Amino acid sequence: MSSLGNSLRLALVSGLFLTAAAANAQKGETVKIGWIDPLSGLMAPVGQNQLKSYQFMAELFNKSNPAGVKFEIVPIDNKLSPQESTNAVKSLTDQGVRYLVQGNGSGAALAIMDAVQKHNDRNPGKEAIYLNYAAVDPDLTNSKCSYWHFRLDADTSMKMEALTTWMKDQPDIKKVYLINQNYSHGQQVSRFAKEIMARKRPDVQFVGDDLHPLAQVRDFAPYVAKIKASGADTVLTGNWGSDLTLLIKAANDAGLNVKFLTYYASVTGTPTALGAGAAGRVYAVGYAQTNMPGEVGKAVDAFKAKFNDDYYTLAVHHAFNLLSNAMALAKSTDPVKVAAAMEGLKFKSFNGEVEMRKADHQLQQGLFVVVWKKADAKYPYSVENTGYNFQSVKYYEPYVASTPTSCQMKRP
Amino acid sequence: MDQILINTLNGVSSGLLLFMLSSGLTLIFSMMGVLNFAHASFYMIGAYVAYTLTGIFGFWPALVLAPLAVGGLGALFERTALRRAHKFGHVPELLITFGLSYVVLEVVQLIWGRTPLQFEPPALLQGPAFTIVQSPTAGLSMVLGAAGDVLCQAAQCSRFPMTRAFMMGVALLMLVALWLLLTRTRIGLVIQASLTHPEAVESLGHNVPQVFMLVFGSGCALAGLAGVIGGITFITEPAMASVVGSIIFVVVVVGGMGSLAGAFAASILIGLLQTLPLTVDASLADAINRLGAGVGPATPGWPILRITLAQAAPILPYLLLVLMLIFRPKGLLGRREG
Repeated sequence: MSSLGNSLRLALVSGLFLTAAAANAQKGETVKIGWIDPLSGLMAPVGQNQLKSYQFMAELFNKSNPAGVKFEIVPIDNKLSPQESTNAVKSLTDQGVRYLVQGNGSGAALAIMDAVQKHNDRNPGKEAIYLNYAAVDPDLTNSKCSYWHFRLDADTSMKMEALTTWMKDQPDIKKVYLINQNYSHGQQVSRFAKEIMARKRPDVQFVGDDLHPLAQVRDFAPYVAKIKASGADTVLTGNWGSDLTLLIKAANDAGLNVKFLTYYASVTGTPTALGAGAAGRVYAVGYAQTNMPGEVGKAVDAFKAKFNDDYYTLAVHHAFNLLSNAMALAKSTDPVKVAAAMEGLKFKSFNGEVEMRKADHQLQQGLFVVVWKKADAKYPYSVENTGYNFQSVKYYEPYVASTPTSCQMKRP
Repeated sequence: MDQILINTLNGVSSGLLLFMLSSGLTLIFSMMGVLNFAHASFYMIGAYVAYTLTGIFGFWPALVLAPLAVGGLGALFERTALRRAHKFGHVPELLITFGLSYVVLEVVQLIWGRTPLQFEPPALLQGPAFTIVQSPTAGLSMVLGAAGDVLCQAAQCSRFPMTRAFMMGVALLMLVALWLLLTRTRIGLVIQASLTHPEAVESLGHNVPQVFMLVFGSGCALAGLAGVIGGITFITEPAMASVVGSIIFVVVVVGGMGSLAGAFAASILIGLLQTLPLTVDASLADAINRLGAGVGPATPGWPILRITLAQAAPILPYLLLVLMLIFRPKGLLGRREG
């Protein structure tokens, strides 16, 4: 208190010069960001792509950002395991890293939320903040919400709101077949699809609802035969990785001519498997299309030129935008002040103006429904060098995809 | 009717791919007593080597060369590693193949990367082999290649892909060739004799260790061949070995250790068991209710009773494995007890 009094007095005495310096106290500081995601195992290709994305975008934002800070990424491989993630939080906070990011897997996300909460309770003055850029379990911002957790991706229910808003205007969608992986994410996709469609288009029939083992199925031909027999015109799936590529491949082989509505068609490896056979039939819902205009589009091209890989986790942009705007506002890099500044913060990001909702720390943002199409003059980018990309069919403003929250936030 | 037919075809073709894998495994087991944990890894190497060779020579030479290369690698492994471990008993042998499966996985990821490869079948194998047309007026018929749009608008068309037909053809050819080799040739007779009486064969002047190496190499080559075909039909990626790894042990146990005919029967059985139940959305509760009993959410055991056959399908092969070991440990057509 007395030091604050002193500096106030000093500022008063020295006039403008010192107040100007205090206003930009955070300028030039280095902000370490602990990155906790898989670099080995099943999801390793995705994790590697996202780590490169963070490092590349950190360099880009270091050249210029509203707060004038320098970002540095400290990666730790969590092997997709909640246990390893908890250890990673411990190790990073011990090193003095106060900002953590993670995205793959809601199980790991929950473990990190818990570890960060405990760390902050036990170490006042050394608080850490957790930015979740891809784990989409709605529970994380509802029943299990935490003050130190901020989600940058749209959760399963928000994406389903956007997707079903598009579906209700498609008169040719009459019979929908749900096929999902048998774990929390797949079950949620199936549940939200049925709940929301019953409200928006009660006439749409769900002709199938299959749950299959996660990352175990080699041969999707039996499922495809079943979809065919059901007479479905649309397949809705939350599948990712080989479970999505094999499903679409089997459908192409069997000549199953239906729409595929997906969550994760753009994740590493899947575009390659989609190829020409899936053009015009595979849709995805998410916060971006392939060819984004403006700064982010240039970043995507620069990323491709440097790594010959695709920058598709654009939530990384959200992370740097959110942090640097909040730090500029708080005039500090102290996580306690930055967390308070992030609450309710509105800022401009690649998909329009977004808002970090105060009630549950879920980013409210516009969503796209995109379709897999041949690259052309207007949309030239070639995803995974396939000659195809995801083009926007429809853009929805943030309010369309917004879902209510039951979060009872405990603020410190 | 057309759906039953296409499902049966799917089941038989995936069973035949399993046979290509398990025939090598069962031969190796019966001869050397080695449960080769790395067998599925050779399947994966087959796909990856064929991918690289396809880039140089084209697909058809790769189809021949890749299995030969994989067979060579298998023989090399047997000669340099497995034979040394053999002295110390079965457990070290088991562990060395277990270790190999991890080494192979990492090496494959180092060389070819962790993401799936774009391993497309050649033009000849793309597209449908035939189309089953179920017409409401003319009944069931079959059209070679793709059926016309006009025909399919009036009727239900189900395509059967060329890659799967090719898979069936190669597996059947392999079955015949193996059978001829083992029963009609001199080397086949020596192999058969070495299976049961290695000492006697050795005292007759045959080089039994060399026969072992040959069998191990050929077993791996067969797995490699399956890998090439599996790679173009399904997906070429590092996880492809672990997905088939466990199921081929089920095939070998159910068929009977060391029995080629048993492996064939079990492969088809497992192939069908993995395919047909997936299409049935009825549960045990439905079956009981059909008989007149009123089973509902209040009934004790409802969480189990309400599971549909489609949901339970992935565990059925493993259930069969457990039941088989309890009630008929020698397998369907196995000759030796235990």
